[in-house]
Amino acid sequence: MEETALGLWGVPLAILAGAIRVSTPFIFVSLGETLTERSGRINLGLEGTLVFGAMSAYAVAVLTQSAWLGVLAAMMAGAVFGLLHGFICKFPKVNDIAIGIAMMQFGLGLAFFLGKPFIQPVAPKLPAIPLGNWSSLPQVQAALTINVLFIVGLILTFSIAWMLKNTRVGLILRVVGDSSDAARAMGINPNTVRLLATAAGGALAAIGGAYLSLFYPGSWNERISSGQGLMAVALVIFARWNPKGCMFASLLFGGAGALGPALQSVGVTQGYYLFYAAPYVLTLIILIMTSSPTTRLSGAPEELSLTK
Amino acid sequence: MIKLPSVSRRQFLQTTLAGAAAAAATPGLLSSAAFAATPLTIGFIYVGPKDDYGYNQAHAEGAAALKSIEGITLVEEENVPETVDVQKTMESMINLDGAKLLFPTSFGYFDPHVLAMAKKYPDAQFRHCGGLWTKEKHPANVGSYFGYIHQGQYLNGITAGYASKSKKIGFVAAKPIPQVLQNINAFLLGARSVDPSITCQVIFTGEWSLAVKEAEATNALIDQGADVITCHVDSPKVVAQTAAGRGAFVCGYHANQSALAGDKYLTGAEWAWGNVYTDFIKTMQAGKPIGNFVRGGLKDGFVKMSPLGKAVSADARAKFEATQKTMLGGNFAVFKGGLKDNKGNVVVPAGKDYTEQAIELESMNYLVEGVIGSVA
Amino acid sequence: MAAEIDISSVASATRRFTLSRLQEELARRLEPLAITFLAILAGMGLFSLFLLALGKSPLQFVQLVYAGGFGTWFSLQNAFSRAAPLLLTALCVALPARLGLTVIGGEGALALGGLGAAAIAVPMLSVSHGWPLWIAMGIAGSVVGGLWIAFAGALKHYRGVNETISSLLLTYIGIAVMNHLIEGVLRDPASLNKPSTFPLPADGMFGKIWGMDVHWGFAIGIICCVLAWVLIERTTIGFAARVSGGNLRAAQIQGLPVGKLIVGFTFLAGAFAGLAGMIEVAAVQGSANGSIIAGYGYTGILVAFLARHNPLAIIPVSILLGGVAAAGGLIQRRMGLPDATVLVLQGTLFISVLFFETLYGRFKLFNPEMWRKTRAGKDGE
Repeated sequence: MEETALGLWGVPLAILAGAIRVSTPFIFVSLGETLTERSGRINLGLEGTLVFGAMSAYAVAVLTQSAWLGVLAAMMAGAVFGLLHGFICKFPKVNDIAIGIAMMQFGLGLAFFLGKPFIQPVAPKLPAIPLGNWSSLPQVQAALTINVLFIVGLILTFSIAWMLKNTRVGLILRVVGDSSDAARAMGINPNTVRLLATAAGGALAAIGGAYLSLFYPGSWNERISSGQGLMAVALVIFARWNPKGCMFASLLFGGAGALGPALQSVGVTQGYYLFYAAPYVLTLIILIMTSSPTTRLSGAPEELSLTK
Repeated sequence: MIKLPSVSRRQFLQTTLAGAAAAAATPGLLSSAAFAATPLTIGFIYVGPKDDYGYNQAHAEGAAALKSIEGITLVEEENVPETVDVQKTMESMINLDGAKLLFPTSFGYFDPHVLAMAKKYPDAQFRHCGGLWTKEKHPANVGSYFGYIHQGQYLNGITAGYASKSKKIGFVAAKPIPQVLQNINAFLLGARSVDPSITCQVIFTGEWSLAVKEAEATNALIDQGADVITCHVDSPKVVAQTAAGRGAFVCGYHANQSALAGDKYLTGAEWAWGNVYTDFIKTMQAGKPIGNFVRGGLKDGFVKMSPLGKAVSADARAKFEATQKTMLGGNFAVFKGGLKDNKGNVVVPAGKDYTEQAIELESMNYLVEGVIGSVA
Repeated sequence: MAAEIDISSVASATRRFTLSRLQEELARRLEPLAITFLAILAGMGLFSLFLLALGKSPLQFVQLVYAGGFGTWFSLQNAFSRAAPLLLTALCVALPARLGLTVIGGEGALALGGLGAAAIAVPMLSVSHGWPLWIAMGIAGSVVGGLWIAFAGALKHYRGVNETISSLLLTYIGIAVMNHLIEGVLRDPASLNKPSTFPLPADGMFGKIWGMDVHWGFAIGIICCVLAWVLIERTTIGFAARVSGGNLRAAQIQGLPVGKLIVGFTFLAGAFAGLAGMIEVAAVQGSANGSIIAGYGYTGILVAFLARHNPLAIIPVSILLGGVAAAGGLIQRRMGLPDATVLVLQGTLFISVLFFETLYGRFKLFNPEMWRKTRAGKDGE
C-alpha cells in the first residue's frame, strides 16, 4: 500500500476508473437492447434478465468453481428469457412493453428465489488484466486492472456496429425493424428475426449481470443491481440505436457515477445526493442538446412502438 | 444482561428485564421445563431480504434462535416497505396469525406505523429495534431496544489504529444519522487511542443498500490512501470484499465477514440479537411485563466482536483485550469530556464523560475532530 | 381515423336502446372480464405447477390468496389500502399513453409531490389543520408533480426529447433533490435516525373512510380514475388526445393543438402522481421522508399496462395487485416461502393476463361483428 494519497488528482483518475469499472454492465445491456430494438421490438424487462444473469452466473460459478462457466450459464439463461419474451410477443395484440415489465417481475422473483442458497458462498471472480503496471502508483494500477468482459464489450461494440452496416444479418435486422411488410416481401419472417434478436439481447444483458456478480462489485445479493438494466434500456434511445453511441453513453454514465464518491474522498462533502445525480443530469442535458424538435429521432426503427 | 437504569437516564427506563437476566444468561438450562405451557406467536418483520449478510440477517438469525423454545410459533415477513404495507402486515399477523408480540426491525417502521398499530391493538406487544421510546409520548404496549454497537466500532478502531500504515482509515456510511455517526466517531476515536495523528475519511452513499456505489466508495477511500476500511450499510458484503481485494484491511459490521476478507479481516462489530430476543420471550412466557426501553452493549451480550484476525499484532491484541475488559466492566466512555467536533466546537462538555448509556449520544449530529466528512 | 369510427358507433349504440343493441353492448363489455378471468386462472395454474415442483400445496396457496387478499372484509380492506397509491401512479402512465407517450417517471413526481405537500404544510400548520391545509397540500403536491412530468412532456414536444428516457432520468434526479432537501433545509432536527420534514399533527392527518379501515386516499384515487375516464372518453379534449395518440401527423394536419395536449396531459399525469405523494404524506407517513420512495411509481406502470390504459380498469387492477401483495405476506408466513415467491406469482399472473390479450376479438360470443357476418352469410345462402 502506497503511503501517499493522490489528492485532487484522484478525481479524474476515479472518473476514468469508474468509467471502466461501472460501465461494463451498461455496455452489454444496451448493446443487447440495441439488437432487439433494431428488429422493431422493445424488451423493457432486461433489468430482470440482468439480475437473473447475475444470480445464475454466481450460482454456477460457486458450483463449478469456474467463473467462465458462470458467464456461459448466464448467457443461456438470458437467451431463454429473451426467447420467452419474443415468443409471447409474436401473438397479435400483445404489447411488448407491458410483457417486458411483467417479465422483469418474473425474472427478479425467480432470481431471488433460486439465489437464496448462494448469498453466503464466495464465487471465483472473473480474471482481470493488469494494464497499469507501468505506473508506480497503486491507484493507477488498480484503475487499469481491466476485466476481460470490458474488453469483450468494446470489441462487441465495434463488431455489432460493423455487422449492422455491412452484413446480410445486419440488413435483415434493419429491414425487419423498419417495415414488417418489406421484410415479408423479401421472404423474411419478421417474427422469427425478432425472436432471435430478443434472445440475443437477453443473452447479452445476462452477461452484464454476470459482470456485476462475478467481478464488480463481485457479489450476489438481492440488491446487487440498482436499476442498471432499466437505465441501460433508456441509454439505447440516448444512443440513437447506435452501438458506438451505447458504448459512449455507458462510459459517460459510469464515469459520472464515480464523481460522487471521489469528490467526498477529497473533502467535497456537501450535497452528495446532488453529485450522485450527476450521471442522470448529464445524460438529460446531453439529450436535450442533441435532440431536435423538427425531425423524428434519427436512427429509430420505424416499427418500434416506443417512438412511434 | 439488560442495562440497568443509570441515573442520567432514569426517566427513559420504565421497566427493565433485570428479573429475566438469569434466565437469559443460561437459555439451555431453563427453557423447556419452566415455560413450556405458554404458547406464543411472535411476528418478525424485515425491511430487506432475510439473508443480506448484514442488518436483516442479524435479526433473522436472532429470530431463528427462538425456534428451539417450546410453545413458540414464529411468523416472518421480509422485504416489507415502510409504508401502509407494514401496518397491514402487522395487522395481518395479529388478526390472521394470532401474534401477540411483534418485532418490526427496521428503524423506519417506528413512527408512525408501529405507533398507529399499537394504539389500535392494545392487547398486542410491539418491540421496535432502534426507536427512542418515551413514556410520556408513546403507548405502553410499545417499546424499543437497541445495542451500543459503537463500542464494537471503537474496538474495531483500535485494531485499525495498529494496522494502518498510512495513518488514514476509511468508513463507508449510508446516511448521516445518529446511529451511524456514533459508529464513525467511535471507529476514529478507537484508532486515535492508538495514534492521535490518525484521520478517518467518511463517504456517505445516501442509501442503505447500493452495491455498486458502496464498491465505488470503497475504491475512492483506498485511492486516497485509506488502508483500513469499515462500514455502516445494510449489507457489508460488497465493502468487505472490495476492500480486501484492493489489499486494505477490513473491520466488519453487523455480522462476521471474515470469510469474505480472509487474512485482511481484523475484527468486526456484530449483533447478538439471539440473546435479546430469547430474553424478551422468556420474560413474556413467565407472565412478566417486558421492558419498554431496552439497551445494552458488550457487557449485556447485545453486541459481540468477531474473533481477531491473523493480521492483528500482539500489541494490538493486548490493547484490544484490555479495552474490551474495561467495557465489559461497564465503565468505559468512548466519548470523553472536552471532545471537539471536526468544526472545532466542543461537543462533550469538559469533565463529563459519555458512557454508552448517555442519552446525549442518541441525538448525535456531528463528526469528531479527525473525521474528514460532513453531516449535511 | 379508427378512433373516430369507434366512438360514434358506441355512442349510437347507447342512444338506440333496442334489445339486440343491448345484447351487443353487453357482449362487448363482458369480453375483457371473461378474458382476464381466464388469464388469471391460467396464471394461477402455472404458479401451482411451480409450487408442486417445490413440494408445496397449490390448494393451500389458493386458500391463502383467498383468506389473505380477498376473502374477508379485513383482507379486502388490506387490499384497498395497498391499492390506494397505485390508482394514482397508474394514471400517471395511462393518461400520456392515450397520446402515444410512454411515461415511466411517476416515482419522481410522487417523491417531489410528497415533498412539496409536506413543505407547504409547515408554514400553514399554525393557521389551520383541516380542509384548508389538505387543499393547500393537495395543490402543492399536484402542481409540483405536474410540473415535473410536464417538463418531460414539454421536452418531447418542443425539443423532440424521448419522454420515456427523460421521465426516467427525472425520477432519479427528483429523488436526489428530495433526499437532499429532507436531509438538509427541510429536515426536522428532531427526526434523528429517520430524516424527515416537520410532521403533521394528528388532526392534520387524513382519517379513515366512514365505516372502513382504509384511508381517504383510496376514495380520492377512485374519484380521480373516474374523472380521468370522463376526460378521455366523454370530452372533446379526450377525443382530441386519442386522435393525436393514434396519429400525430394527422392530428397536426387537422389543426389539433398537439403541443398543448401533450403538455396538458403530462401535467395532469404528473399531478396525479404528485397527489399520490401528498396522500402518502397526509394519510400514511405524516411527513415527507425516504419511506415514500416505495416503488409505487414503478408498480403503477404495470397497473396501467394491465388496465390497457383505461382509467376505469385501473381500479380493479390496482385492487387485484393490492390483494396479491396482501396475500403474499400470508403466503410467506404460512407456507414458509421467501418473499421472492410473491414476485414470481405476480410475474406469472401478469404475463398470463398480457398474453391473453391476444384472444381479444377471437371469440364470437363477445364480438357482435362476427354475429352479423355469420348472419349475413346465412342470408346469402
